[in-house]
Amino acid sequence: MKASAFSYARATSVANALELLVAHGDRAKVLSGGQSLMPAMNLRLISPELIVDIGEITELRGIAVRDGVLSIGALTRHVDLLRSPEIAAHAPLLTEAVAHVAHPAIRNRGTLGGSLAHADPASELPACMVALNASIIVRGQTGERRITAGDFFTGIYETALSAQELLVAVELPVAQKNSAHFFHEFARRHGDYAIAGVAARAIVQGGLFTDLRTAFFAVGGRPILAKAAAKLVNVGITPALLSEASAALGEELDPQDDQQASAAMRQHLAKMLLARCASALLGRPDLTAGGPV
Amino acid sequence: MTAPMLISLEVNGECVDAHVLPRLNLADFLREHLKLTGTHIGCEHGVCGACTVRMNGEIVRSCLMLAVQTHGASVVTIEGLSDSGEIADLQAAFRDRNALQCGFCTPGMLVAAQDFLKQETEPDRERIREHLSGNYCRCTGYQAIVDAVETTARARMGRKP
Repeated sequence: MKASAFSYARATSVANALELLVAHGDRAKVLSGGQSLMPAMNLRLISPELIVDIGEITELRGIAVRDGVLSIGALTRHVDLLRSPEIAAHAPLLTEAVAHVAHPAIRNRGTLGGSLAHADPASELPACMVALNASIIVRGQTGERRITAGDFFTGIYETALSAQELLVAVELPVAQKNSAHFFHEFARRHGDYAIAGVAARAIVQGGLFTDLRTAFFAVGGRPILAKAAAKLVNVGITPALLSEASAALGEELDPQDDQQASAAMRQHLAKMLLARCASALLGRPDLTAGGPV
Repeated sequence: MTAPMLISLEVNGECVDAHVLPRLNLADFLREHLKLTGTHIGCEHGVCGACTVRMNGEIVRSCLMLAVQTHGASVVTIEGLSDSGEIADLQAAFRDRNALQCGFCTPGMLVAAQDFLKQETEPDRERIREHLSGNYCRCTGYQAIVDAVETTARARMGRKP
């Protein structure tokens, strides 16, 4: 189908975009890369009256590292993340995860800010932001708010961003010396939405996790930072302990059935992912040698 | 603001000025306004890849872009790639290997395959499959398409197929 008629404004600056958003509120939609917005409009799932195109606002582009903080502008495209040496050095989880986002033609247009503001529960980047404990920076006419990724995502396609605000950047702590990461997702085909996935960042010292953040996606309305991972921190991990943590993870998750997978299957896959994640991060193949846990 | 807007862009090397409605997507602009019907429209929501074109040197889905977003851009369609001879060897390889049947996906497939061949010189079948994973073909089963891209990559490397 074709999108219904709308008005179009090419924002010249963040201030200009905010003026338009304040004036039009819920009737306006921000167009960034358009790789989620355009399908939704073509399918007539949404019919905004005004499109505010922020694609030309150069201040929203770019990747910078300062004082141990990695800043990524909202308009940074998936392909930019994938090719950036700064991202590979300071947030290698993102480099790995972005390769799973859709296909090259989509990655050439889709942006980080767009993906986060859209907040599809099956998408990779929101989970990465939660795993990496990112701050999402949003700007309104009265100033900036910094929102922890864990608080930013509130439900299916729902975030803490208001209709009068613009997501301008994210900030992440750079990867520490003992930092390790893990990313895996199950999808029917390469580039499809995940059926279940995990993005994880850990600090490993002397064969133990001193920190482990595992964010599961496509198994709930928003990325879920597993509380069960705490059971694996500062303790020698045995297969029995891992299966206890997996069982606790199963209790935490309440996935939905859909045409891709049943809730039980998603729960099973998430438990498998936790086991594989711990095993891979610690370099302990023995932890998953006994087969599915 | 729902009124037509003036856009100026380059399509296949030629300057184009047009008045377009904001809702018009790039695929429809190419097909309906410029009569460049090689760009096909399948799903209209970015899944099938039939509408893939090159914009500013990179492949994009023309159904997921508004024509007004291409103001100042350079767009190359399958007609441009074909007429310039840039993909003559790839087209010949598709024909030789029967890598098309109904032909609906072929323009998008060629544009995406040429994008792969420009970026990667090694004819790695897994990488070819990954790069073409956003382009659906309902006839061939993909084997022949991957063969044709692989053959072209080898030929361009100066090796025998």
